[in-house]
Amino acid sequence: MLNKVSLAGDTENSRIVPETGQTGPLPSPDMPPKQRKQQSVIRKELRHFRNNRELFLLSLPGILYKLIFAYIPMVGLIIAFKNYRYDLGIFGSKWVGLENFRYLFSTDTAWRITRNTVLYNAGYILVTTVAALLLAILMNEIKQKWSKFYQTALFLPHFLSWVLVGYVAYAFLNHADGLINRTLQAFGMDPVSWYQNAAPWPVILILVHLWKAVGFNTLIYFAGILGINGEYYEAARIDGATKWQMARKITLPLLSPLVIILLILSIGNMFRGDFGLHYFIPNNSGFLYGSTDIIDTYVYRALREIGNVSMSAATGFYQSVVGFVLVLLANGIVRKINPDHSLW
Amino acid sequence: MTKTLELSKILINLLFIILSVLVVLPFLLVIAVSLTDEKALSRDGYQFIPKSFSLEAYRYLLDAPEVMIKAYGVTITVTVIGSLVGLLLTAMTAYVISRPDYRYNRMTTFYVFFTMLFSGGLVPSYILMTQYLHLKDSLLALILPVLLSPFNIMVMKGFMSKIPLEIIESAKMDGAREFRIFFRIILPLSTPALATLGLLISFSYWNDWFNAMLYIDDPGKVPLQLLLVRTLNSIEFLTTNTEFATQLGIDLASFPNNSARMAIAVLAGGPMLIIFPFFQRFFVKGLTVGSLKG
Repeated sequence: MLNKVSLAGDTENSRIVPETGQTGPLPSPDMPPKQRKQQSVIRKELRHFRNNRELFLLSLPGILYKLIFAYIPMVGLIIAFKNYRYDLGIFGSKWVGLENFRYLFSTDTAWRITRNTVLYNAGYILVTTVAALLLAILMNEIKQKWSKFYQTALFLPHFLSWVLVGYVAYAFLNHADGLINRTLQAFGMDPVSWYQNAAPWPVILILVHLWKAVGFNTLIYFAGILGINGEYYEAARIDGATKWQMARKITLPLLSPLVIILLILSIGNMFRGDFGLHYFIPNNSGFLYGSTDIIDTYVYRALREIGNVSMSAATGFYQSVVGFVLVLLANGIVRKINPDHSLW
Repeated sequence: MTKTLELSKILINLLFIILSVLVVLPFLLVIAVSLTDEKALSRDGYQFIPKSFSLEAYRYLLDAPEVMIKAYGVTITVTVIGSLVGLLLTAMTAYVISRPDYRYNRMTTFYVFFTMLFSGGLVPSYILMTQYLHLKDSLLALILPVLLSPFNIMVMKGFMSKIPLEIIESAKMDGAREFRIFFRIILPLSTPALATLGLLISFSYWNDWFNAMLYIDDPGKVPLQLLLVRTLNSIEFLTTNTEFATQLGIDLASFPNNSARMAIAVLAGGPMLIIFPFFQRFFVKGLTVGSLKG
């Protein structure tokens, strides 16, 4: 259905219905023909609206909700171009043009959070997708009785909120008593101040993300494999294909639409970082910002801890706009290559 | 031939057993720490098997359970109300755009779908909620932002498009109005989808900490996840908020710092960790993104 979502396709439906709800005056003979035609179009549309009135009313709460909580905040993006003051409000605050952006990009913060956001997301996508695909293919080779058990175990971290994962990570990384440091000491090595040492964090974060996400993604791909017609494998077996050949020539190609759809979604979300992962696992430690800070954590800190609303808004604006362009690009490229795989 | 096959199967099973153990071990560590004597913790560090077993941390927390009970109360209230209202709104919106004969269906789909691609971001929403709707320290601030996700609408729409139009048309012939059709025919027919989506929505309410971090300061309205955030951020929270500590009935001098921290995590996170896995298949069913197109 989403293939059909396009602005062009909606021209017929998007004629404006007058809010008064009254039928216009009858077309009088002395009106110019063009105007008469317009009036009859409006009246026709009004009649259509009356026929669809009840369904429209059913969708009205949802539409109003989205208007207030999604579309009105989009208007609020103008804060990025203002010097926002709580007492003056959005429209009362002074315009400052690109001042906020100039300030944001004059420090190395913008570069740091952009680089971190994009590189971490790329790392997560790559590592988790490869691991999940591999596990799903392997899972297909063993008896269901057993795989059910593994599925439950691997899936378990998905049910934890990032806050709770923060506790788990803390049990390992705690400087004085944490499991890792105590183990290091048992082998005569020096303990590491994990929460003050930025270097190992890319590896830690990717591992934590893998731990939490791999079970869920494996199950998505496993469900995809179960949906593949068994006759393909039957035919391949008769022709003497090995398991490896079947995985490469049947399973992977037939899974590719699912993989690609998930990939577009992730590429489109490249600019949206995982706030919970990057806020709770490093325990919001200032020493680590260089290697853990992403756009989302920066926006939050600027708003809630530093109290620089305009800076926060400018960063958010940058994130929204670039993120949007990325989704459009990703989908456009996929549609060029294979229209069936695109999201819309 | 069959022998090598058997061997490879054993190896795969072995791999999965090792992986499963690796994934589950961190949970066990947290539980083990919560059950270890505080002195043993600072002597031996965190270990998988407690050298000296102690329920002290739990006794401390359960001696004055008010804070925990209140947090459970807030979370349950928000989850129940949010899930019911959210599910109804999701179903209503999804149903309307699933009707191929609805004149504005593509327009509405675009209107909903667009919010998935583009958003105003954190700051405008924050200002809207606090400065214009005045929802700071209100439970509505926890309910409203999570209420209606475009993703859920799309998943629900996928389910509902499979209901044959003939059923709706014949109901119309019998003179049923759209509202009646929706509540009497469509909703009962969609029970499996409603169960899946209801579970997903209640899961996102249960595990939501972000809105609480943004909007809740009042100690009486702290949900579970925010309680966890504050405890994690610093055990100093207890020492600086003496009021909170007295509510807990804590003598700060002998407070079992490390084990109590993990015990809070177990008490707050444990129950759902036992309940949610029973519904695991719903999570996969609801989120196979393949259903986005359809």
